Amino acid sequence: MASDEDSDEDFVTYGTPLEPLEEDEPVRKPVPVHEQTVKDEKGRYKRFHGAFTGGFSAGYFNTVGSQEGWTPSTFVSSRQQKAEKPNIRPEDFMDEEDFSEHGIAPREIVPTDDFASGKKDQLKDKARAVSSLAALIPGDTGLLEELIAPARSSIGVELLRKMGWKDGQGVGPRLKRKQRKQNDVYGCAFPPNGSEESEDEDEFAPENVSFAPKDVVPVDFTPKVDSHGLGYRGLNPLQALGGGSETGHINLFTLQSDRTTSLFGDRNSGQQRRGGIGGQAFGVGAMEEEDTDIYHKDSMSNYDNVLGGEEPGDGLYGWTAPQQYTRKKNDPKRDVAYLGRILDGFTLASQVTEIKTVYPPPDLPRDYRPVHYFRPVVDSSTVSPIVAQALQASRGRLSQDAPQQGRHSLDSSQRCDMLGETPLQGPSSVFELLGSKDRERLNEIRRAATEQNKSVENLSSAVDRAAVVASAKAAALQALSSRFQSIASSETQMALKAWSGPTADASKTFKPFAENPLKQARYDLYITKLKQGNKDALESSLDSSMTEWERGRERDEFVRAALLYKPSNSSLSSRFTRSKHEDDTDSVDVTRDQEEICLAAVKMKMFGKLTRETFEWHPDKLLCKRFNVPDPYPGSSTVGMPKVKRDKYSVFNFLTITDSSQVSRGAPSASKPPSSSSTLPHLTPEVSNKKSRWDIPGQEPKDPLSAFLSETRSEVLAAKNQTDSPHATATPEVKVAQSDGKQTEQKTEEEEKEEDEEEVRPPMDLFKAIFASSSDEKSSSSSEDDSEEEKEVAPPASDPIQSSAETLNPPVSAQSTPAPDIKLKHLTVQSMPSAETTAQNTQSSHSAPAKSQGLDEEEFGPRLPPPGKQKKRVEESNSSSDDTDSNSEDENSVVSTSELLQRSELIF
Amino acid sequence: MAFPQPRPQVPQLPQHLLRTIECQQGAVRAVRFNADGNYVLTCGSDKSLKLWSASRGTLLKTYTGHGYEVLDVDSSFDNSQLCSCSSDKTVILWDVASGQVTRKLRGHAGKVNCVQFNEEATVMLSGSIDGTVRCWDTRSRRYEPIQILDEAQDGISSLKVSEHELLIGSVDGRVRRYDLRMGQLHVDFIGSPITCVCFSRDGQCTLSSSLDSTVRLLDKSSGEMLGEYSGHVNKGYKLDCCLSDKDTHVLSCSEDGHVYFWDLVEVSLTLKLPVGKAVVQSLSFHPTEPRLLTSMEGHVQVWGAEPETEIGEREVVVGGEPRTGPAAVLK
Repeated sequence: MASDEDSDEDFVTYGTPLEPLEEDEPVRKPVPVHEQTVKDEKGRYKRFHGAFTGGFSAGYFNTVGSQEGWTPSTFVSSRQQKAEKPNIRPEDFMDEEDFSEHGIAPREIVPTDDFASGKKDQLKDKARAVSSLAALIPGDTGLLEELIAPARSSIGVELLRKMGWKDGQGVGPRLKRKQRKQNDVYGCAFPPNGSEESEDEDEFAPENVSFAPKDVVPVDFTPKVDSHGLGYRGLNPLQALGGGSETGHINLFTLQSDRTTSLFGDRNSGQQRRGGIGGQAFGVGAMEEEDTDIYHKDSMSNYDNVLGGEEPGDGLYGWTAPQQYTRKKNDPKRDVAYLGRILDGFTLASQVTEIKTVYPPPDLPRDYRPVHYFRPVVDSSTVSPIVAQALQASRGRLSQDAPQQGRHSLDSSQRCDMLGETPLQGPSSVFELLGSKDRERLNEIRRAATEQNKSVENLSSAVDRAAVVASAKAAALQALSSRFQSIASSETQMALKAWSGPTADASKTFKPFAENPLKQARYDLYITKLKQGNKDALESSLDSSMTEWERGRERDEFVRAALLYKPSNSSLSSRFTRSKHEDDTDSVDVTRDQEEICLAAVKMKMFGKLTRETFEWHPDKLLCKRFNVPDPYPGSSTVGMPKVKRDKYSVFNFLTITDSSQVSRGAPSASKPPSSSSTLPHLTPEVSNKKSRWDIPGQEPKDPLSAFLSETRSEVLAAKNQTDSPHATATPEVKVAQSDGKQTEQKTEEEEKEEDEEEVRPPMDLFKAIFASSSDEKSSSSSEDDSEEEKEVAPPASDPIQSSAETLNPPVSAQSTPAPDIKLKHLTVQSMPSAETTAQNTQSSHSAPAKSQGLDEEEFGPRLPPPGKQKKRVEESNSSSDDTDSNSEDENSVVSTSELLQRSELIF
Repeated sequence: MAFPQPRPQVPQLPQHLLRTIECQQGAVRAVRFNADGNYVLTCGSDKSLKLWSASRGTLLKTYTGHGYEVLDVDSSFDNSQLCSCSSDKTVILWDVASGQVTRKLRGHAGKVNCVQFNEEATVMLSGSIDGTVRCWDTRSRRYEPIQILDEAQDGISSLKVSEHELLIGSVDGRVRRYDLRMGQLHVDFIGSPITCVCFSRDGQCTLSSSLDSTVRLLDKSSGEMLGEYSGHVNKGYKLDCCLSDKDTHVLSCSEDGHVYFWDLVEVSLTLKLPVGKAVVQSLSFHPTEPRLLTSMEGHVQVWGAEPETEIGEREVVVGGEPRTGPAAVLK
């Protein structure tokens, strides 16, 4: 077995090895005969009909079809593929099995005509020439075929011609005349008068002219060892018995002409030969008349009576075929060394090509890692001699000459020395810049940090303890975001310490979140609180409406930013100046830019080039066909737009992901009637978040988008103002945020509880999605939808209340009120100070994409007018009922501001 | 012809109320003429689709099968098939005569706002709130769309199909025109969410109404604005707009209960047709005659150029014409 161990010898394996037997393997039950199945290459069962009914079935149950039925060659429209004519070959109707090795038309590799046929023809010609001599009828060997053979020459002939060979010449080195003459003695294929002429020329031939060798047919002369008469063709038992095929061995008993044919392996000669016993030596039977020409071929003219005189005319002069050549030619396919098939016209190489020896790669050591470490170049002057020695000993690459290492290895003071500059007056280290107090504080921070890492109980100062208690409390509250806690504890304190000093200067603070004004505002708030020494500055300044994860991340960012950009001493900050040109990241944004251009164009009513974009778009082929339109891109296989601009924050990119916190938080607030004023501030962020672009035109009387733009611009301006003036933190924006933060503080605990509950119980939508039947289309619609539909499906009992509302404000109440609480919320929004609304606007505009996942479907399209049947229903039934619908009450309560209500309703 | 054509008449506007059809199917979300204008299709919010005779106002057939309110309908050129779309996210292909559902196609992720056949009714195109337009093959049994056009960044509110073009209005404030012949997509930025788009009947212009209470007529090839029509109210609802039968006037629904007629060339308000008190949500103009359908709440109104009696006489003429499609079924 070949799979035996790794012995050095190579074995050739035939067949599939048996599965190795294991001793303790249970004896497997042999598969009974009737359950054994045969499958073909395609995995179809081959059913055995029985030997007399056709053996294995073919195709699909002896049909040409398949399991799917018979598919005709598909119709090809002549419209697009006019030029393509179906060129059907017999192979098209054959199965794959037929092409296999044992099929009816096995595919084999054959040399192309260029290489094969020419060579064959040449051989055939010669063989024919030889066999013609031996033929019964002279010139029987397909003279006509030769005449009408196609004028095609093989590459070999072509090459020979290019090399100067001409038809009729022999192949070989050119010869002197003398030698040729010598050749001539034995006669040549040329007609006798030609040879005479050449002999005449011979006398005048110059010395330096050489001639091509004669083209001769190789002939081997075999001695006549038998006692038959000349020209007697003995009975070849193989041919006589209808074998027809030549045997491998050389038959000494055949005529030389026969041998020649077999030598060239001419197929035709075998076919031409008549089977059966056909020897002439048997004479003529008594019943036959042909007795005149017994020795048909044996005339004296066939014999040479002059040695070296007249040409026999058979053209078989030249050279005797060597024995080796004969053997080799005879059985090219039976080479012992090679087991495969040899192509026609090819022979095995006589010399084995040198096998390239491939050396295996070197064995890598086990701990080798394919990374190169650049060892630090150590200046000997700066390193202690012992270390230097050690380094030198270890790798011998310690740099001896410092200046040669280049300017990068020098520090500023060294460069300064070399250049002869006067050193800067300022202190050399950052620490020197700090005041003693600050330095102390820094040390304290370091100490506090290390201590905190050890244990919370070992705190030295009361301040730290309080802070840590606060942070621990925060940590308890933020159990969800535990991954942010590690930094929150220690770094918050450091930040607090860094910022709570008098040195902090608001005007010089860095703006790390400038591209997100809201975030920056929150960060500013945090910084201001830090300055005031507020311990839980971080928690209070974060937006409560954000998710826990977002909050955690922002917390992390703020603390880091605060540490990174902590206030510096005036002497240090004096070394740096603010850049004059602030890089306005928000105005650089390209897409925004484009939108602005478009908007401006729309505003100026300059539709056309500015507002039009044209893309390449590939319709589906079938679509083109259905529209009776030729495919604009016949070659391409892409469908749709080659490069698709996709909105990153499209609602439908998030269709599958439901933000549980968003959804669940939205649900209770919607169900809660906004009765108490205390819940209102909690709801307002919801309202602002719920906005989509649809409500913009309704809310602002002027052009909504331009208003929005101006708003954002003004806010950017405000942010800039803030940076310019130290007291800019008193801008209304921040105040609002601050108050917001305080409110969240009050509510953090109950919120946390809520969230904990939500964590336990997945949102209702999930249940709906799982358990709602497919026919229940309601499940996909939002709560707003539900309320709307509830009304539609609701029994007429609840209608009278609506009718009463309608009578109070006829034009408005004709429209149904899908979510009255939202309306109310909106009212409050409208009545709030403008600063807050703007803040909300901006907030919503920035956070809308992220939050839109939780939004209702209804908000993304123009709303449909309310069904008119309600009105009808009202007319139909006037019976009153017990009031369960609080919505209608709300409606009554806001009747006085019906105008406003209508507007807000249109928005939502 | 021996005589020259008479001077073109001053186009008559359908300003006389011919009849009011109480549809009894909740709010009528959309009202459409069929391909030849002899029949009326109404989409009800009670999940039903109804076929009416335009001349007599009688109910001919009710098609039930949608799971939620029906939002749009279109009839095939030979009146043999209808396609409708619904809030239940499906598109249904109906057999007009039998009233059976031929095919119910699911695939949209949200409610389907608009649906249209192509010219030969081989493809149905449906636009949904999920921001995609899906092209459904009516010839094959495949339940997958041939192609999904998802270039819109917000919901699709309206779509129209011409010979080789798809006009699609989206809530992202853009009108997209897919040219199948050229293999191009033209995007026109309007700014405000689009509620309805139309081709002009000569196929050279596109009409789009948007939520900034403006209807704009744009040149199809260049995208330049040819006219801007305003005065109506369209701020929250998906309202229809259209062109009159001879492209002489631009019509739009309004939230103030009127239908506004503007002269297409002069951009002046020609007529403010009072329909009712509520929002006129949908309208449809007769393909060849000055006839108009409007839907408000639960009823549909048929408007004609001349008062009822005269129309009645003409009705006979119309009735004498050979009819195709549903007429055979209805006897």
